[in-house]
Amino acid sequence: MIRTLLKSVREYRKQTITTPILVVIEAAIETLIPFLMAMIIDRGINAGNMTIVIRVGVLLLIMAVLSLMMGAGASWISSIAAAGFAKNLRQDLFYHIQTFSFQNLDQFPTSSLVTRLTTDITNLQTAFQMAIRIAFRAPSMLIFSIIMAFTVSSEMASLFVVAIPILAIGLWLIVRYSRPLFRQVFQRYDQLNRVVRENLRGIRVVKTYGQQAAEISKFKAASGSIFKTFSKAQRIVALNMPVMQFVINTTMLLLSWYGAHLIVGNQLQVGQLVSLFSYSMSILFSLNMLSMIFSQLSVAQASAERVIAVMQTKPSITDDDQALTTVTNGEVVFEHVSMQYPGTHTPQLKDVNLRIKSGSMVGIIGETGSAKSTLVELIPRLYDVSEGRVLVAGHDVRDYDLKALRDNVAMVLQNTMLFSGTIAENLRWGNADATDEQLQTAAKMAQADEFVQSLPQKYDTYIEQNGQNISGGQRQRLTIARALLKQPQILILDDSTSATDTRTDAAIRAAFKTQLPNVTKLMITQRVTSVQEADEIIVMQAGQVAAVGTHAELLATNGWYKQLADSQEKQGGDAHAGLTQ
Amino acid sequence: MQVSRNKQVLTVSKAKRIETFRRLLRLIFSQYPAWLVVSFVAIVISALASVAGSLFIQRLIDHYIMPLMRASHPNFQPLLLAILVMAAIFYAGVLATILYTQIMATMGQRIQKSIRDQMFTRMESLRLQYFDQNDYGNVMSRYTNDIDTLTQLITQSLPQFIVALFNVTFALVAMVSLSPILTIVSLLIFATSITVVRWLTSRSSKYFRAQQASLGTLNAFIEEMLNGQKVIKVFSHEREVKDQFDGVNGALRQDAQYANGYATMLFPIMGNLGNLLYVLIAIIGGAIAVGHSSLLTLGTIAAFLQLSRSFSQPIAQISQQLNAIIQAMAGAGRIFQLLDEQPEEDDGTVTLVKKGPQQAEWYWRVDDDPTHDIAVKGHIQFNHVNFTYPGSDAGLHDITFEADAGAKVALVGQTGAGKTTITNMLNRFYDIDSGEILYDGLNIQTIKKADLRRSLAIVLQDNHLFSGSIADNIRYGKPEATDAEVHGAARLANADHFIDDLPDGYETQVTGDGSDLSSGQRQMLAIARAAIVDPPVMILDEATSNIDTRTEQLVQAGMDNLMANRTTLAIAHRLSTIFNADLILVVGGGRIIEQGTHDELLAKRGTYYELYTGQKGDD
Repeated sequence: MIRTLLKSVREYRKQTITTPILVVIEAAIETLIPFLMAMIIDRGINAGNMTIVIRVGVLLLIMAVLSLMMGAGASWISSIAAAGFAKNLRQDLFYHIQTFSFQNLDQFPTSSLVTRLTTDITNLQTAFQMAIRIAFRAPSMLIFSIIMAFTVSSEMASLFVVAIPILAIGLWLIVRYSRPLFRQVFQRYDQLNRVVRENLRGIRVVKTYGQQAAEISKFKAASGSIFKTFSKAQRIVALNMPVMQFVINTTMLLLSWYGAHLIVGNQLQVGQLVSLFSYSMSILFSLNMLSMIFSQLSVAQASAERVIAVMQTKPSITDDDQALTTVTNGEVVFEHVSMQYPGTHTPQLKDVNLRIKSGSMVGIIGETGSAKSTLVELIPRLYDVSEGRVLVAGHDVRDYDLKALRDNVAMVLQNTMLFSGTIAENLRWGNADATDEQLQTAAKMAQADEFVQSLPQKYDTYIEQNGQNISGGQRQRLTIARALLKQPQILILDDSTSATDTRTDAAIRAAFKTQLPNVTKLMITQRVTSVQEADEIIVMQAGQVAAVGTHAELLATNGWYKQLADSQEKQGGDAHAGLTQ
Repeated sequence: MQVSRNKQVLTVSKAKRIETFRRLLRLIFSQYPAWLVVSFVAIVISALASVAGSLFIQRLIDHYIMPLMRASHPNFQPLLLAILVMAAIFYAGVLATILYTQIMATMGQRIQKSIRDQMFTRMESLRLQYFDQNDYGNVMSRYTNDIDTLTQLITQSLPQFIVALFNVTFALVAMVSLSPILTIVSLLIFATSITVVRWLTSRSSKYFRAQQASLGTLNAFIEEMLNGQKVIKVFSHEREVKDQFDGVNGALRQDAQYANGYATMLFPIMGNLGNLLYVLIAIIGGAIAVGHSSLLTLGTIAAFLQLSRSFSQPIAQISQQLNAIIQAMAGAGRIFQLLDEQPEEDDGTVTLVKKGPQQAEWYWRVDDDPTHDIAVKGHIQFNHVNFTYPGSDAGLHDITFEADAGAKVALVGQTGAGKTTITNMLNRFYDIDSGEILYDGLNIQTIKKADLRRSLAIVLQDNHLFSGSIADNIRYGKPEATDAEVHGAARLANADHFIDDLPDGYETQVTGDGSDLSSGQRQMLAIARAAIVDPPVMILDEATSNIDTRTEQLVQAGMDNLMANRTTLAIAHRLSTIFNADLILVVGGGRIIEQGTHDELLAKRGTYYELYTGQKGDD
């Protein structure tokens, strides 16, 4: 796990290695200071030797300044390393998501990917900085201080052999008993958040049925259960400080008692005793720091797991180096195609055979769940077939370079997503180099030019996030224009005129017929009127092709189609659209 | 949006922060004054014990060790006594620490719970406007992030701040009593530290603000791109998106680096300034002691060295806690903002009472007078109703119509025409500006809101379900309903078939807002939920999106069942509803453009005709 994450260090390798080195040197200098201080006291002050006081004093000053520079430097450099690591990791994760196929994307809800890219990586950044700085500093201080304490007086230092395990056990017990409680707290938080979220979203329902009191008692139950667990956990953690205080104070008293005896017995000097006080503090504080590092890193572990879960998801559709880069015409052939989403038991498509001539206009019609969308999504390889093959211009779609294939197969998705930016910028997704004339031509064909011209800033009108400031039908027409700008060989509309009135719908089809004679046009729709004059209509039923034919042929041969046509006619198709929009 | 919101929070004025802080203190003190006094005393004892420890070193060396060294027959008895006294002081300090840390831990949680409960209770009482205008994520974060930082403040930052303050004060007093000269040296270093700390914290907080803003931008960018990920794939736009991402990501990296760089430098710099002070005391103290040993004893220097530690560490702590306190104030401010929201007012006095064998007869009771109860029939009348949404131009103009008890009213018009707004007036989710709405002849403003709403069921396009079982959800508005009633309502809504197919039937748990159910199934449950209450008036949004033909038929049949024998205001999407309506309201731009039955409106050859035929009336 750590190895996967460390790949993101890259150009910040230098800083990542420098930090621990600086930190270890700083710790070494810091532990030497009390030792030299003892020299000043014993050989300088106590012996009345001014030269030693000044000589060692100057040395100490230099060391203190050096240690300050090292410490500050390590902090600065570690921040560069950590921020850089986070940047690279975020980039790796985002780039990796860009390689995801539709199938991969279906696995992760958007909100969970957003959390992984932000909160989780921020957690890892903090953990990384901690790992290269404090995680080196605390053990270095601990080890160096123990060594120095033994150098000063091995008899006195043996006190630490007792004190260290006592404190270590105390800290360990605190972590051990509080951790499971904290985990429970997080689960209970979910419960509380759920009540809040439900009340935010369902406030109309709550108010309509006058259930405020019941909701408040639900909430209080959740917050009460958090209180119970959380305060227990906090009380355990709060023991940390008194435990530290107890061990430090006891150590100090014992040092005083035995120190006095050794000094009187001439086996120890006063300055050395003072330095031992310092070392006892360093040792015990470092231990405390270590326990903090452990609990902090375990928080980061959960984040690391979530990031890596995405990283290790293999893109299910990848490119071949030998891939074809040109698509010569718009012919589409399905040969015994079956398709089953992984993890499901029933196939979406079963043994589909189709031959669609280049340049023809084909309607696809069928009930919800009949796999109309799945069928067309196989053409630009948004999903891959499970069995059989799909051919475009005589070649298996899997033999094409993905970009080349998708540039030639323009698909207008049901989801009419536009991005924040101007209308022109959105349209140029189809072709970054398109001229203003080309934009307008495409928009005219999609019957979008008229309403764009009516906007105050025309093509420079800014689209709010997700296109909130224009209507659903207008959004659909813009997404069609965007696809047209690709100048594809094959154009697929997945129910892309559902929010458009029938007149405009007809105008779009008429424009396609006259202006795009060589482009294969596939249109999924719910309306019989939309496919009436298509060269061919494919009727889908439960993942299979139920019938193929012209409008007239299907009216005569396909009962379902005839029934649908009749019922839509009775409802007065056009009126339906106009009245209930 | 995200970015501007962050900025707004971070630029809260200083005066405002102080006001928030005062209010917070009042809140803490008003709840548990006795405990606070106890913990305050404990903090003082704990700080005193810690300073006594440092002073003890001076006594240990000057009064015990030095004399003992000179004595020919050292007597350790007095030293043992001194150590025992010191032990008593130390352990009293430890006990005091246990006391205040335990109190703070518990109290922090208590206050946390109490604020949370207050917030939620207040939230439940707010007008709908609040929910329509505030971003849910933003409100949610008050229950989580903001409260967390606040609790952190109460349980850790505040006590540590006070402890540090006492430690510094006591250490200073002790230092002055030991040696005024060395104290001056210490104060010089102290002044340097403060300057450095102030500079570092102002730098780091500047970049932390920048980092928050960059994070907001990145968040919005990622959110938008991941939502449109399939479009990106279809257009092979990965390259461009990656380039854009790199720009945003790079900006965040830079801000994060500076923010953390300055922030993490604080501790090593403070620690090493402490080292510097330590060394300076040794040199200067040493020089004085060697020259004039009467001025400064060895023990004093040793004690001073120890004191300088307990002097510089708290300063670093105080500076760090100050940052935490400022951050928590922003959160506390947002919490108080929610607590200060004005609750929905309710001047209504007319109540709803149910009588009869099955409690099936509903009456309006005026002025608590049971002798003049008015039967609830469902006659609705709008008279010249005007309304404007707060802070916007949209609203309603001169809405007038009348629906007899049991009538079907179809609202027809474009999205945004004001159809939903009309229904929002009836259940008083929003209050009208002028005109009047009568319900069985009573002005709805005289009816208690809760009772008014209970007499109106709503079935929306996107119906919210609550976690709990399917049965719980159906009996949401009538918790006392029997199983038989639940099943009956489910049958009426056509929901019984799919519920029976679920693994646990009516006891199947609904999770994640009912995401396991299809939108059609959710709609059927909402119909059942309305049916079980059996109110005389219904508000219905007929839109059925993303559901297949078969389910759509079931849902629509359920709607028809629900509409029978009830006054219904339907936001119509089905021609059969429109054709059969007793009254069609053609709504546009917040006005009723035309009203009448289908035949009447066709004869008019106006807007309705145009919409219906797709042709201009004069064609």
